[in-house]
Amino acid sequence: MQRIGVFVCWCGSNIAGTVDVKAVSEALSHEPGVVYSINYQYMCSEAGQNLVKDAIRDYNLTGVVICSCSPRMHENTFRKAAASAGLNPYMVEIANIREQCSWIHKDMPTATEKAIILGRAAIAKVHLNAPLMAGESPVIKRALVIGGGIAGIQTALDIADAGFEVDIVEKEPTIGGKMTQLDKTFPTLDCAACILTPKMVDCAQHEKINIFSFSEVEKVKGFVGNFHVTIKKKARFVDETKCTGCGECTAKCPVKGVPNEFNLGMDNRRAIYIPFAQAVPKVATIDPNYCNMLKNGKCGLCAKVCGAGAIDYKQQDQFVEREYGAIVVATGFNPIKLDQFDEFGYSQSKDVITSLEFERLTNAAGPTSGTLLRPSDGKHPHTIVFVQCVGSRDTSGCGKTYCSRICCMYTAKHAMLTREKYPDTDVYVFYIDVRSPGKNYDEFYRRAVEQYGVHYIKGMVGKVAPRADGKLMVQASDLIAGEQLHIEADLVVLATAIEPDKTARPLATMLTASMDTNDFFTEAHAKLRPVESPTAGIFLSGACQGPKDIPDTVSQAGAAAAKVIGLLAKDKLTTNPCVAESNELMCNGCSSCEKVCPYGAITYLDKEFRMPDRTTMVRRVASVNPAVCQGCGACTVACPSGAMDLKGFSNSQIMAEVDAICQMK
Amino acid sequence: MQGMMIARAGELLENGTVTRVLGWQTGEFVYDITPAVFESAEELEKGFVYNSFCGNNLSKYLIQASRKEGKILVFLKPCDTYSFNQLIKEHRIVRENVYIIGIPCDGKTDGEFLKAKGVKGILGIREEGDNFVVDTLYGEKTIAREDALPERCRNCKSKKHMVYDELMGEEGEVLDSHRFDMVEKLEAMTPDERFAFWRSQLSRCIRCNACRNVCPACSCEKCVFDNPQSGIAQKAAADSFEENMFHIIRAFHVAGRCTDCGECSRVCPQNIPLHLLNRKFIKDIDTFYGEYQAGEDTESRAPLTNYTQEDVEPSIVYTRGGNN
Amino acid sequence: MPNEVKAFKPKIVAFCCNWCSYAGADLAGTNRLNYPADVKIIRVPCSCRVNPMFILRAFQRGADGVILCGCHPGDCHYTTGNYYARRRMTLLFSMLDYLGIEKERTRVEWVSAAEGAKFAATMNDFVETVTRLGENKRLEDLRCKE
Repeated sequence: MQRIGVFVCWCGSNIAGTVDVKAVSEALSHEPGVVYSINYQYMCSEAGQNLVKDAIRDYNLTGVVICSCSPRMHENTFRKAAASAGLNPYMVEIANIREQCSWIHKDMPTATEKAIILGRAAIAKVHLNAPLMAGESPVIKRALVIGGGIAGIQTALDIADAGFEVDIVEKEPTIGGKMTQLDKTFPTLDCAACILTPKMVDCAQHEKINIFSFSEVEKVKGFVGNFHVTIKKKARFVDETKCTGCGECTAKCPVKGVPNEFNLGMDNRRAIYIPFAQAVPKVATIDPNYCNMLKNGKCGLCAKVCGAGAIDYKQQDQFVEREYGAIVVATGFNPIKLDQFDEFGYSQSKDVITSLEFERLTNAAGPTSGTLLRPSDGKHPHTIVFVQCVGSRDTSGCGKTYCSRICCMYTAKHAMLTREKYPDTDVYVFYIDVRSPGKNYDEFYRRAVEQYGVHYIKGMVGKVAPRADGKLMVQASDLIAGEQLHIEADLVVLATAIEPDKTARPLATMLTASMDTNDFFTEAHAKLRPVESPTAGIFLSGACQGPKDIPDTVSQAGAAAAKVIGLLAKDKLTTNPCVAESNELMCNGCSSCEKVCPYGAITYLDKEFRMPDRTTMVRRVASVNPAVCQGCGACTVACPSGAMDLKGFSNSQIMAEVDAICQMK
Repeated sequence: MQGMMIARAGELLENGTVTRVLGWQTGEFVYDITPAVFESAEELEKGFVYNSFCGNNLSKYLIQASRKEGKILVFLKPCDTYSFNQLIKEHRIVRENVYIIGIPCDGKTDGEFLKAKGVKGILGIREEGDNFVVDTLYGEKTIAREDALPERCRNCKSKKHMVYDELMGEEGEVLDSHRFDMVEKLEAMTPDERFAFWRSQLSRCIRCNACRNVCPACSCEKCVFDNPQSGIAQKAAADSFEENMFHIIRAFHVAGRCTDCGECSRVCPQNIPLHLLNRKFIKDIDTFYGEYQAGEDTESRAPLTNYTQEDVEPSIVYTRGGNN
Repeated sequence: MPNEVKAFKPKIVAFCCNWCSYAGADLAGTNRLNYPADVKIIRVPCSCRVNPMFILRAFQRGADGVILCGCHPGDCHYTTGNYYARRRMTLLFSMLDYLGIEKERTRVEWVSAAEGAKFAATMNDFVETVTRLGENKRLEDLRCKE
């Protein structure tokens, strides 16, 4: 039997004005287990707290009920007071007789009666309270950033600058991501390479940053503060530590016809290649699908010309085990495939291109050295049609329902730059709405229209039909003029919707991080915790969380870094002791609880049990990781056998409260 | 059929594919069928039966049986395969330790059911076309299949085998059934009428726990009603509420997991139509969250461990119309 | 209100999630928004913590109405808890209705921490509804009446 002390607070006249506090402490003193009951003017004051502490010592209290204001106000105050008197802080319960009683009722007998019932409920609960200990778990002071685009780079730099080690895992041979492929960036029009490549170099040179390029995350185990990650370093057949990036091999390689991914297949590279001049790390990679030596053992030229002796045709995938305290997802985006949008003729004409391809065509390091030429015949285009929302805001099921957010602005940029460089070019932009809510964005868009004379037409393009003479017939509707338009274009640029990278979904499963239906990672709270995943220790940076432009990505990357730094700055994590707990004897191992857990806190173990007939049987049982569980209780209801219960809010505690409230007077 | 089954089971025992066979045997009367495990051809020859009384769903017995050493052969009727799949989904059965032979089923009758129809002194049964021919102490009685089948078989939802290692007969088809007719009828009643209906049914409950013990979804290691720590442990239906409570909670615990095999109603000694509770949940789930058949697959998320942002609000219960 | 029903004071159990609805109830108090003392609140971490068993138990012990309040869908502190609660309660309420139990005795309401006024209004309305229905007879354990 518990020895319970009841402390009824007057809160000046806040409570005592409507609740007969003496009657409450008197009535509750007769409840089973109550050995001490008192009322006092301000229980939260130092004198009041001392009353509680003294009573705990003098009466050997095992449980404390405070009838006072909301637990949201002073639960912690009284828990601390109890702890300082040697009582487990979780043996304190609050009956809210202010916000939920004295302040809403005017009639004293009614309010007093209710206060007594609320007190009884708290006493009934305390009877079933058990001392709980906040757990501690160590924090490994290293972060993993998955994805080495601008989001990952910024996050890694910020974390590293705070003094923590960071690993970047990038699946491509170089870091840099999509931003390396861009020409200029809106709204200020600085060149992407000029602002990005120094950051890439910073990453490479930072003593706290370690880059795993051409690598993928293979396996993730553990939890916040304590992740164990297996990284697969894919065989690139070049020893990274020896390669100097001199480029001798890539110049001599006889296999010339390999489509160059960096230029989106618009020109070719060799079988051994460095993606682009400023690649980080600047290390060559052999493409085993094209290399003659790897395919049939006939060549070996690159090994012959390599002065550093870096070529290693026998290289295998390597697996590296690393430990981290925090993981940042920065897996970014890709333009969607356009198979579902045949009306725009993307597959039929080389002169129908995506906006990212357009970036390459206008980039000085691109396939045309920055001169805008038609891919089909290398001639200068005189009429260009830009089509916005290709696959975005699409409810037909072919594309994406969401707005890709970046297209309005880059299309304005493309249109503007085209008109600036080639004033003889007619530029049309077809749009549903122009969305330009960022800082200086609307001004930028208006410049395109007003200063550069870009023809913005509200309406969708219905069809792009390539003609035999090489022209593209664009049929479109002008919604404002209410007429059908037919434009003879030389080049059509599709502002293609973006979607999360394909690697995000399997990664989310590994991380037990939740995703929305579009495969964007879900944030812990849409407004208040936008860079954290609901899974503790997993943070989100950049477009993996939703479409974002560069300024937003960099802000979010910094925010994610700040959260990571906050986590890594701690030596130990104190865990909330009010977490779920599974009773192995009753657990069926059915996985219902695991399905509803938003944090991936539940795993399964095969355990051996002795059966009544003295044989043993192996059963699958749930196990809750207290460092990961946040204590929502979803699992406790999903569990049909009642094996799963929540400490501090157990089934029996809540039912005791129910009983006390429903008890006949 | 029985002969073929014994022969094939014998072969599989003989060639070492399996070490045990889960099937049926008769008790004191020919219609008293119980599940049984056979370990040799002799045992099979002596005891194995498969007849029109073998309604028992064998899936649940595999929870224990599949964890023992060696592989076990089980004969599953189409509706039993749904339960099997559901148990696989819940990691209750070790699939590698089970060899399934799918057997066709044209509906199973029941001794008590026939007796209630006035067929006494039952000695045997066989199927002839659309009829059951019952051998009795008083001679042979022919009864139309339609009249001899309990509700669950008359409204059979599927003759399709969802899972098997080998088949005797056809794979079968999912059927269009009228299994929700009675639920709809109840829904159309006034609340007073519904209350009266369920009082008249549930007040007969004697808390024998047969429904729970036979149910393949009610397969908890320890039932909450047997666990003093759960706060709702009860051993008897002591008063009007506990009858409700037990059956509501039981139906809720199997909601989204119940395959509608109908075993609960088959075994109820008080003939309470318990499946009407489960079917209400199934029907609501279909209406609110889209068609879902538990046991159709082993991967999908059950409706109660899933959600969409656009789910209906609980207030649909007040606003959906119908009787007040 | 007619005299004969005025004497009846219903027993109402309100389960409130800690993060939104319990805070909403506190705000109703801070703003001195009145609602009947018949409502007694039980604090739970999340609406998804509320087991149908708790609701049935309340009725068994003589409650006349049970209401569950949680964060608005999409605003759950634990991201998804109220989505599961929503499905569970929809099915449970529909089942209670199917058994002929007055469906107005149970309710789910989403109340944010800022909606003190909504909390008070909801409770006023719920108490009025349950008072109109009168004593809960269909879901009660008569032994508790002694």
